[in-house]
Amino acid sequence: MNSDSLILLSRLQFALTAMYHWLFVPLTLGLGFIIAFMETKYYRTGDEFWKKMTKFWMKLFAINFAVGIATGIILEFQFGTNWSNYSWFVGDIFGAPLAIEGIFAFFMESTFFAVMYFGWEKVSKKAHLVSTWLTAIGTNLSAVWILIANSWMQYPQGMAFNPETARNEMVNFWDVVFSPVALNKILHTVTNAYVLASIVVIGVSAWFLLKHREQLLARKSIKVAGIFGVISLLLLVFSGDGSAYNVAKVQPMKLAAMEGLYDGEKGASLVAIGILNPEKEICEDPAVAEDPYLFKIAFPKALSFLATREMDGFVPGINDIIRGGYEFTDRDGNTYIEPSFEEKKAQGTLAVNALKDFQTAKAAGDEAGMAAAREVLEANFDYFGYHYIEEAEDLVPNVPVTFYAFHLMVAIGLFFFLTFGLFLWFERKDQLEGKRWLLYLGILSVPLAYICTECGWIVAEVGRQPWTIQNLLPVNASVSGVGAGNVLTTFILFAVLFTTMLVVELRIMFKQINKGA
Amino acid sequence: MNTLYFLQHYWWALVSLLGAILVFLLFVQGLQSLLLRTASTPQAKDLVCKYAGHKWEITFTTLVTFGGAAFASFPLFYSTSFGGAYWLWMTILFLFVVQAVSFEFRDHAHNLLGARTFEILLFLNGAFGSFLLGVAVATLFSGGSFVMEKTAITDLNEPAISYWTNGWHGLEGLLNPFNLLLGFVVYFAARTLALLYVISKQDNDEGAEAFRNKCRRHFPISAAIFVLLFVVFALWLCLRSGYREIDGTMTEVAFAYWNTLWTNPWILIILLVGVVGVLFGIVRQFLPKGEARNFYWVGGGVVLAVWAVLLSAGFGGNAYFISTHDPSMSLTLVNSSSSLFTLRVMAIASIAIPFVIAYITWAWRHIR
Repeated sequence: MNSDSLILLSRLQFALTAMYHWLFVPLTLGLGFIIAFMETKYYRTGDEFWKKMTKFWMKLFAINFAVGIATGIILEFQFGTNWSNYSWFVGDIFGAPLAIEGIFAFFMESTFFAVMYFGWEKVSKKAHLVSTWLTAIGTNLSAVWILIANSWMQYPQGMAFNPETARNEMVNFWDVVFSPVALNKILHTVTNAYVLASIVVIGVSAWFLLKHREQLLARKSIKVAGIFGVISLLLLVFSGDGSAYNVAKVQPMKLAAMEGLYDGEKGASLVAIGILNPEKEICEDPAVAEDPYLFKIAFPKALSFLATREMDGFVPGINDIIRGGYEFTDRDGNTYIEPSFEEKKAQGTLAVNALKDFQTAKAAGDEAGMAAAREVLEANFDYFGYHYIEEAEDLVPNVPVTFYAFHLMVAIGLFFFLTFGLFLWFERKDQLEGKRWLLYLGILSVPLAYICTECGWIVAEVGRQPWTIQNLLPVNASVSGVGAGNVLTTFILFAVLFTTMLVVELRIMFKQINKGA
Repeated sequence: MNTLYFLQHYWWALVSLLGAILVFLLFVQGLQSLLLRTASTPQAKDLVCKYAGHKWEITFTTLVTFGGAAFASFPLFYSTSFGGAYWLWMTILFLFVVQAVSFEFRDHAHNLLGARTFEILLFLNGAFGSFLLGVAVATLFSGGSFVMEKTAITDLNEPAISYWTNGWHGLEGLLNPFNLLLGFVVYFAARTLALLYVISKQDNDEGAEAFRNKCRRHFPISAAIFVLLFVVFALWLCLRSGYREIDGTMTEVAFAYWNTLWTNPWILIILLVGVVGVLFGIVRQFLPKGEARNFYWVGGGVVLAVWAVLLSAGFGGNAYFISTHDPSMSLTLVNSSSSLFTLRVMAIASIAIPFVIAYITWAWRHIR
C-alpha cells in the first residue's frame, strides 16, 4: 500500500492549492456581475460616475483574477502529477468537464477580460459592456464545469466500469452534467461567492465612509452589493438545505461528521452550537460510551427533517454506518438494508478479485471465465473502493474539523443576514455615515466571509474522506507512485510561493483601495 | 476505419493543433526573454510588458486547454507522463504560475518585491518555460523511463498504474541531446516570433523606434539559429526509429516518423507548407515589403510545422510515448485514449472551437 506520508502530503498539497485558489476565485465570481451591473448603469445613463465606479472595482477584480488563474492551473496539473491513478481510473469521465471548461469558459473569460481591462478606449462602449458581461459569465461558467466535475466525484453517475480497460467510462453525459448533486452544488457555491463579493464591496465601502472618502461611490456600492448579497444569501440558504439533503443521501458519513452524530436516531436534533468531546471514539461499548458533546444547544428533530424531509426520519450516525443493518433510502428512492463495513469490504474485495480474474481469463482467451468474472464484478462494483480501506475507522473523516467548519460556516452565513439588512436599512435611511459601529462591522465581515467560504470547502472535501470517488476509489489507491520526499519538496515550494503571492496581492489590494477611484 | 479509431485520431489532431498554436503563442514568452538584455531601457521593458501583458492570457488559456484536452482524450498519457515526469512538469508549472501574477503585480507601485523581481520572474518564464516545454514535447519521441500496468489497481500493495523507474522524474530528459535540441528550437522560435512582433508594432515615440531597431539587429541571428536548429531536428526526427504495435507486439521500426510522413503525404505537405511559411516570413523581413505581416507568416508557418511534427508522433500507428524501460508498455493512440462515448461527446463540443477562434481573433485585433 502507498505510504501514509505520501498520501498525507499529496492531500495536503492539493488542499493547500485548492484553499489558496478559493481565496481568489469567489471574489471574481461575484464581483464580475457587480461590475457588469455598474457598467450597464453607465451605458444606460452615460453618467461618468458609474464608469469611475466600474473602473475602481475592476482593478480589484483584475488583481484577484491573475492569482486565481495561477492557482487554478496548478490544480489541473496536480490531477496528473499527484493523482495519476485517479486520472486513469476516472479520467474518461472527469477529463471531459475540464476540457469543455477550457473550450467554452476559460477562453471566454480570459479573452474578454483582456478587452474589459485594456479595451476602454479601443472598442465601442457597447462592445466593452458586452465584454464585461461575457467576462462575468465566462468566469461563472468556468466554475460551473469545475463544480460538475467535483460533484461527480462525490456522487458518481452516468458511468460504467469497463474491466477490459480497468477504468470507469462515461455512458451518459447528461447524467454527469445534470446530476442533482451537481446542480445544487453549483447554486450553493456560486451564491456563496456572490455573498463574499458583496461583503467585500460593503467592507471596502464601509472603510471609505469611515475615512470620509469616496462617499458617493461607497454608498452606491453598498446599495448594489447589499441587494445582490441579500438575494444571493437567500439562494445560498435554500441551496444549503438542498446540500444537506444530498449529503444525507449520498454521503451519510459526511453528514454524521458534520453533526458529530455517532449514534443515529429518529427525530435527530440539529446542533446549533456545540463543543465536541475529544474523548469520544467510534464504536464504543454502549455501557461505557462517552457523550459526543461536552456542550450543545440543538434544534429538536431539525436534522431528521433536513436529511429525510420527515420530522421523525432516521439519520444514521458514524457507528450505524460502520455497523450497518439499518434501513436506508438512497437518492434514487431505493430502500435497502445498509451493509456493514465488513460486508462492504468483502464485496469490494470480491470486485477487485473479479477484475483480476477477468484479466487472467482474458489473457488465456477464456470467454466463459471473462463472463463469469464480469458478472461478479458488476454485482459487487458499488463497493469496489472498500477493498483498499483497512480498518473501519479509516472510513471516518476528521470529525472535529468537519463539525466545527460546518457550524462556523452556518453561523457566519446567518450573521450576514444581519450585515446586509443593517447596511441596506441605514443606507435607505441615509444614516450610514453616522453609524461607525456598523461600518466597523462591515469591515469585520470581510475576513469572516473568507473564513465562511473556506469552511464550506473544508466541509465538502475533508468530510468526504477517505474517498476521491465516493465508494469507488479512496485516496490511498488514487495517488501517483512518486516518493513522499518529492511531494514534500513541492509542497514547501507551493506553500512559500502561494504565501508570497498572497502577501503581495493583499498589499497591492490595500494600496489600490487606499488610492480610491 | 471504425468510429473509435477515427475519433482517436481526430482528438490527437486537435490536441496537436492546440500544442502547435501554443508554440506560436509562446511568442509571449519570447517577448519576456528579451526583458533582461535586449529590452535594456525602462521604456523598452514597459513596451515588452505591455505587448506581452495584453496577450499572455491567451497563451496561458491555450496551455490550460491543451492540458484539459489531453486529459480528457488521452488520460493514460496524462496519468503516466504527469505522474512520472513529476519534476519536469512541476518545474514548467512553477514557471508558468509566476508568469500569471507578474504582469499584474509588476505594474503596481508598492508591490513589495519590486518591479525588478517580477521582470526576472517573467524572464525566467520566457526563457526556461518555452525551453522546458520543448523538452517535454520531445519526450513524445524520445520516451520516458516508466512502467505502466493498467491492472495494477488490483495489487493492494502497489496500486499505482504507472511509476518512473528513476528518481529524477523527468529531469533526466535534460541529458538527452534530442530533447535539448527541441527545447532550443522552441525557445528560438518564441524569440524570433517575439522580435517580429515588436518590429510589427506601430508605437511612434523615439524610444519605441530605438527598441524596434535593436530588435531588427537581433532578428537575423535569432532567425538563423531557429531555422538551423529546426532543420537539424527535422532531419534527426526523420532518421529516428520508433515503436509500433505489430501483430500485438510493440516492435521497433526504423525511420518510423519519416515513414509516417511519407505514407501520410498530407502531413508532409502541412510540414512543408509550414516550413515555407516560416522561411517566407523571415526572408520577407529582409525585403522592402513592409514588416507588419511577417510575424503572422512566420507564426502561421510555425503552427503548421509543429502541428505536422506532433501529428507524426501519434499517427501511423507510432507509439507517441515510448517506455524506454519496457517498450511493450509504450502508449499509442489506441491503447491510451478515452472511450468512444467520451471522445464522441467531446467531438460534439469541439464544434464550438471555430466560434472560440473567431472571438479570440476579434479581441486580438482590438487589443494590441
